[in-house]
Amino acid sequence: MQFLTIIFSLMAYGAAAVFVFGILCKIMVYAKTPSPLKIPTTPAPTTSFGAAVRVLSEVLLFRSLYRSNKWTWLGGVVFHWAFLFVVLRHLRYFLYPLPAWDMKLQYIGIVAGIVLPIAVLYLLMRRTTVDRTVFISSLADYFALTLIFFIAGTGLMMKFYERPFMVDIKGFVYGLATFNFSAVPTDPVFLVHFTLVMILLAYFPYSKLVHAPGIFFSPTRNQADNPRERRHVNPWSPNLT
Amino acid sequence: MAKVKVEVPELTGEITIPGLKEDAAAAVKSHNAPAKDMTDLGFPTELVPDWKEKAVAKFAELLKKYRSLKVYMDICVKCGACTDKCHFYLSTKDPRNMPVARAELLRKVYRRYFTTAGKVLGKLAEAEDLTKEVLEEWYTYFYQCTECRRCSLFCPYGIDTAEITMAAREMMDTVGLGAKYPLQTINKAITIGNNLGMPGPAIRSTLDFMEEDVKEQTGVPVKFPMDVKGADVLLITPSADFFATPHVESLAGYAKVFHQAGISWTLSSYASEAGNFGMFNGNYEHMQKIASRIKVAINELKPKRLVHGECGHAWRVAYSFWNTLIGPFDSLDPKYPAPQHICEFTYDLINRGALKLDKTANDDFVVTFHDSCNVARASRMGNSPGGQFEIPRAIIRATCNKFVDMHPDTIREKTFCCGAGGGLLADEIIDLRIKGVMPRMQAYKAVKDSHGANFFALICAICKAQFTKVFPYYGYEMEEVGGVHQLVSRAIVLGGKEGI
Ligand code: HEM
Ligand code: SF4
Ligand code: SF4
Ligand code: SF4
Repeated sequence: MQFLTIIFSLMAYGAAAVFVFGILCKIMVYAKTPSPLKIPTTPAPTTSFGAAVRVLSEVLLFRSLYRSNKWTWLGGVVFHWAFLFVVLRHLRYFLYPLPAWDMKLQYIGIVAGIVLPIAVLYLLMRRTTVDRTVFISSLADYFALTLIFFIAGTGLMMKFYERPFMVDIKGFVYGLATFNFSAVPTDPVFLVHFTLVMILLAYFPYSKLVHAPGIFFSPTRNQADNPRERRHVNPWSPNLT
Repeated sequence: MAKVKVEVPELTGEITIPGLKEDAAAAVKSHNAPAKDMTDLGFPTELVPDWKEKAVAKFAELLKKYRSLKVYMDICVKCGACTDKCHFYLSTKDPRNMPVARAELLRKVYRRYFTTAGKVLGKLAEAEDLTKEVLEEWYTYFYQCTECRRCSLFCPYGIDTAEITMAAREMMDTVGLGAKYPLQTINKAITIGNNLGMPGPAIRSTLDFMEEDVKEQTGVPVKFPMDVKGADVLLITPSADFFATPHVESLAGYAKVFHQAGISWTLSSYASEAGNFGMFNGNYEHMQKIASRIKVAINELKPKRLVHGECGHAWRVAYSFWNTLIGPFDSLDPKYPAPQHICEFTYDLINRGALKLDKTANDDFVVTFHDSCNVARASRMGNSPGGQFEIPRAIIRATCNKFVDMHPDTIREKTFCCGAGGGLLADEIIDLRIKGVMPRMQAYKAVKDSHGANFFALICAICKAQFTKVFPYYGYEMEEVGGVHQLVSRAIVLGGKEGI
């Protein structure tokens, strides 16, 4: 019992550390690497504010994907928004006492939890049925989707089938977050769910999942189109005179 | 020259997404660059013994210098949105011409040498050693990309395969694997001052000839000045405008516009090229060297304004990069954008009523307009986004009565490349060029059938060369191809009211 708690606690801290460290490293490298030239895909906004709006429209609405392929867009948007609400729903394990808005989130969160694996299955189906996506897909692409599918699946099992004791789970997670340890629940479904999430966290910074922070650094999207109005300087090339 | 076997796609007026045909374009290869050009440009003449280490070292350097490359190596999720967007995939059916698969050729090597997972897990993490076979694949498929950025437009993260192609070519050049056409062109531009390798006197004599020609046709002494100090405008234009057909017709158009506006202008024999193939092969130094001739010309001729002729990739370099490469342009008059596109210049004059245009001069034509990819997706005209689409169309509408746009999915920012940009305008790959232009030809055929389109208006020197070459293969007359300023040249009424 105590042994199990130590193992899972260490795993949680390890995964969280890898995640935070990995993401910060990536962000630092991206931020430090210069953009020597102006390369926004035009037509592009002419101000930095406009460029920020453009990036947000990509992040929140997947605007380019919408123009590109409506079916992929649909699957992608549903999947990501469901994922977001599922994550938000999990905030309640870290908050005490529960704020009022959290209650409202719970309902959306449950719906999102049901939608999420469906969306994942849809994306998997698309990947395996279109000859072009079959050609470009590799183990890593199936791995990410499968992992998330099982995370969602075990989560739903706890909600609708197993129903382990929530107070124990909250105690454990809240304990981890506040360094106020309590015993890990021994429910096997929970343990699997928890382990898979830790794998996802640790996997995140070292895989294509870095698209989440990466998109903010994409020069074709985040640069303003103003090279004539404002001289863009290449930090590694000397000025000509 | 040996006849190359070509296969012309069938024209149906529609663009369909084909099924995969693996290795369909695997045998398409640009010729290698001659030793002389490699040496001149500072590259080894053949594959060096330690090519692998050198290539990986170059890769490391580029990853540190270009955020685009670094981020784009990491973040592709293989969503597949770009897979049906490249004209080379649509026409060759070769899956490695899908943008994501093209990029993957570099990415798998990136994983092997620059990611922990790739170093440890190897193939399992889609990482691959840089071998001779991989290098061959690079040479094949990174010279089947025109760097047109259509994929970047449609990618949810804006992943720009052009950036990846440029990096790959620079790595290959560094280890001694260069392609003849782009590198020879770069060498000529650096050493002689233009892509055609024409010395100043040769240019002067064609300008003289043009002066006579225009005089004969119109009775008006329109000048084609060169190396005139203190002229208001320095015009930088692709050297093809001096010699090639239909390019010269547009040059006549520019000259008539300057003449009629009463604005003094000059060409430069030293900076006799707008084109900048340095960009295509991803070498910053070459790009800057080529552009620096323009800086020298500005310092010497002391113009007030810098105007740029009809050329797609050249306008990208001019509009987006010149200020960085050779700016700031402190000596120029800040009232005008530097550089200014000739279309912006002419459009401005039309708006102010400074030009008299007789549309009936172009009544033989039903005109359609091909948005050059580099203008459409990598630059701008005018003050607001999308001006690069409106301004040339406005000029066309002002110079002729019948204009029709091609299918909306093939124009403006969604335009299809001509299939010969990015250093692919080489004879030996004519079959690839004929295929690459297929989506564009389908769209042209559709407006031909529906509206009788018979004039294909362009604002790019490479586009002009490519379309005049491939039109006949598709059964169309090369005379249907022309510049926007060719229409201006025909419609403009000389004499009478002069100046502004
Ligand atoms: C800034 C936030 C994010 C943005 C803008 C973003 C955007 C996208 C887009 C546009 C796609 C391609 C469309 C698709 O296949 O669904 C995609 C794919 C994907 N994203 Fe995200 N994403 C973000 C965060 C995340 C997070 C936090 C995860 C969680 C693990 C995630 C997991 C995935 C996965 C697994 C795929 C591949 C889907 C497939 O294989 O079909 N993303 N993302
Ligand atoms: S559209 Fe972008 S993210 Fe999707 S496969 Fe193509 S390059 Fe990768
Ligand atoms: S830049 Fe153009 S040619 Fe190159 S992969 Fe993208 S769509 Fe194809
Ligand atoms: S020649 Fe024209 S269409 Fe072709 S790549 Fe250049 S700008 Fe694009």
